[in-house]
Amino acid sequence: MPADVPADVPERADAALGVGVVVSDRYELDVNGTMREVDGAWLGETLLFVLRERLGLSGAKNACEQGECGSCSVLLDGVVVCACLVLAVDAVGSRIETVEGLTASGEVADIQRAFVESGAVQCGFCTPGFVVAVHDVLRRRPAAGDLEVREALSGNLCRCTGYGRILEAVRRVQQWRASGARE
Amino acid sequence: MRGALVAQPGTVDEAVAALAATPGAQLLAGGTDFCVEVNFGMRRPPAVVALRRVAELRRIEMTPSQAVIGACTTYADMGGEPLATAFPGLAAAARTVGSPQIRNAGTLGGNVATASPAGDTLPLLVALDARMRLRGPTGERTVSLSELVTGVKRTGIAPDEVLVDVVIDRRPGPQEFLKVGTRNAMVIAIASVAVVVDVESREVRVGLGSVAPVPLRARDAEAHAREAIDWDALSVGEAGAARFGELVASACAPITDHRSTAEYRRHAVQVIARRALERCVRRAC
Repeated sequence: MPADVPADVPERADAALGVGVVVSDRYELDVNGTMREVDGAWLGETLLFVLRERLGLSGAKNACEQGECGSCSVLLDGVVVCACLVLAVDAVGSRIETVEGLTASGEVADIQRAFVESGAVQCGFCTPGFVVAVHDVLRRRPAAGDLEVREALSGNLCRCTGYGRILEAVRRVQQWRASGARE
Repeated sequence: MRGALVAQPGTVDEAVAALAATPGAQLLAGGTDFCVEVNFGMRRPPAVVALRRVAELRRIEMTPSQAVIGACTTYADMGGEPLATAFPGLAAAARTVGSPQIRNAGTLGGNVATASPAGDTLPLLVALDARMRLRGPTGERTVSLSELVTGVKRTGIAPDEVLVDVVIDRRPGPQEFLKVGTRNAMVIAIASVAVVVDVESREVRVGLGSVAPVPLRARDAEAHAREAIDWDALSVGEAGAARFGELVASACAPITDHRSTAEYRRHAVQVIARRALERCVRRAC
């Protein structure tokens, strides 16, 4: 990822355009309910880069940088997206939720516990992205069936598990939640 | 001040003004193509006009005769109602794009403006003679998709213009979109086809993707299907369907690249075109 700043950036254009204007090297992002300042960034930095390299949130993983693998999945204004395909500065004014913010206390969420108990974690690289995607689908569709879950997770690649244990982990969370077990 | 300008307009007019006021500024919609190019060093925008907050660009307006779809309508928006009923082929195409993450971000306007031969919505748009409304500093103009897309990832959109919306006419009858790739999810089409059967005007419209530099119509196949379909029974015979596939294949101009050979593309488009037609008329029975 290029980190140098192009020398020929235009001067700050007419601020009297009547539009929201952000300058790409200094802005604030709403991450997991906290305003985080970003200072000295280049315009082309993605949300994934800023989360990991500037804000110290390394849960979202950097793999393909082209939206193929889902390992950088985050929620942007409540919908799951690839953080590698969001310009960080374009997320100013949006609500960003990462895997680190799944529980208010920062403790392990039931989804993460189910992944561990089901053996759905092997190398672990894809796991945070899967956890965010599972969180997203179960929040929208708590009783989602197998096909719906597979569709919801179709943007997340795992090279280790063969997916069977990930699907088992999802069913485990659904059972826990249906039986009223506390998160 | 080393930072570059990022404008977050709230209206199309503000977006046009911001684009005009900011030298070299590039429009950013869903980012699913834009950011890949930035990540891989193929694009270094000096400034950006981000369309995420332009509410008027993210809308689907249905009238009895047409749909007006805002350029920042996402694939996820297009996959459900009201388009799933009114334009089932377009909704189906939207549902085949990428993954849930991509469909939540990528937009119809981005698909048009990127103008990839593999753009999944383009076969249906070309089949329906979709019109693109563009706004620039001097006003608006409306052009067809085939006029707008001039080559592989090339369009006639001027640097100071914003694609506002896409207008398509309703066609009563079944529609189908099919594409071929290496698997079901996250696949860029090797060949794709959209078939629209208009039971009122009794005509068939065919759009093709990934088999030429630009989205194509298959006019000979359309004329053939119009004759081959028994419109009262809404059915097509074995030979008529087979001939339809052959005529679609002869309309395309595929290349060999890292995804497929030209021969396979020509074969695949023949198979899926025939299948799409048969699904349309069987479904309508």
